[in-house]
Amino acid sequence: MQVLSSVVAHLDAPNPWISVDYVRQNADALRAATKEHVELVLLSVGFGLLLSVPLAVLVRGHRRLSSLLLGATGVIYTIPSLALFALLAPVTGLTLTTAVIGLTAYTLLILVRNVLTGLEGVSQEVLESARGMGMGRTRMLLRVELPLAMPTILAGVRVATVSNVALATVGVVVSHGGLGQIIFLGFRSNFYRAEILTGTALCLLLAAIAEVVFLGLERLTTPWARR
Amino acid sequence: MSLVADTAQWLLDGAHWSGPEGVPHRLLVHLGISAAAVGLAALIALPPAVLLGHARSRWGNVLVAVSNVTRALPVFGVLIILASTSLGLSTRSTVLALTLFAIPPLLTNAFLGVRDVDTDVVEAARGNGMSGLQVLRSVELPLALPLIAAGFRTSAVQVVATATLAAYVGGGGLGQFINEGFARGDQPETAAGGVLVALLALLVEVVLALVQRRVQPPAETRL
Repeated sequence: MQVLSSVVAHLDAPNPWISVDYVRQNADALRAATKEHVELVLLSVGFGLLLSVPLAVLVRGHRRLSSLLLGATGVIYTIPSLALFALLAPVTGLTLTTAVIGLTAYTLLILVRNVLTGLEGVSQEVLESARGMGMGRTRMLLRVELPLAMPTILAGVRVATVSNVALATVGVVVSHGGLGQIIFLGFRSNFYRAEILTGTALCLLLAAIAEVVFLGLERLTTPWARR
Repeated sequence: MSLVADTAQWLLDGAHWSGPEGVPHRLLVHLGISAAAVGLAALIALPPAVLLGHARSRWGNVLVAVSNVTRALPVFGVLIILASTSLGLSTRSTVLALTLFAIPPLLTNAFLGVRDVDTDVVEAARGNGMSGLQVLRSVELPLALPLIAAGFRTSAVQVVATATLAAYVGGGGLGQFINEGFARGDQPETAAGGVLVALLALLVEVVLALVQRRVQPPAETRL
């Protein structure tokens, strides 16, 4: 770090924040980093859902178990991302796996809470009628409860996705930070501003795209809300 | 499982607990940076949020929406962007970046907390001849305090956690152990840094949760 600050001193060359040349010349690297970023987010939110939905289904109705699960995921959520990566790295190495495990851990609090809230929000009358129609527990869960809980679950997935788009950059510490790699590379190359800003802007763009996708998904999964 | 033993040994080694590179000094720097950021954020966010809430202004919603967008902003990028400006690699740019991230929860909770105070209560206070300022001070603020405290807690825990990243852009704090550990390939140091930061974040969370409980009026007297 000391070396860096002394290098900065003799920076006389123009160092614009925005440079089309930079983007053009580094299109491949930017594409690769964006791809890794999207992978990190999709894998972590995907695994997060695969863990959260069954866990929430298992503990719902048990007040003690529910608060225990929420407490545990809350503790994980409080652990700073850098610390979590630091604790995982010696075990799973500087790999994509480490980054995905860390990011998945952060989705659990939001996802478990929203799945639980969603399932608890299904009215007793609806459950009664489903039972009256002769539905078994599994069928009821898949055909009635989860679909009705979908708006709440999706709201959680949306928050988890957008937060992970930003958080994924911290994966830099295990060398798999997607666009974070670009930002960090710019930082290490004498504060190459165009590179730093392009990396950050692409993160924001990904978050914006995610928001739009979720708006569409919300409409698709709640056909009853449409007139 | 020798890593666990090595990490424990690192943490128990007295040499790591003294001097400017020791745990206590870095812990103080970490807390200092965090306190400065949260304090600055409170100074910036609370007055407009409280006033807009008091006026039940629609502009408050705009402010809340804008500050929510920062959720998508990568802290890492902002830290490095600020370090690349004339602020340079300094504590100042770290504090400024952290301040940006401390503002949203403070702002949102203070605005909503004051705005959503029961209008009947506010009108009753006015009917008793209270001025706008008196209503704000002795009715709205006390009633909004639990929410404001919750925002403060969220923002403080987030800042303490994020301050770890400061080490990556030349700032101090506990993150330096993690950074150095990675740079030297010293796994026990990395893990020890991780343990320290995680414990600190959990401690701050627990302490502030207790504080928050104290400022919350008991359920039966709540309005």
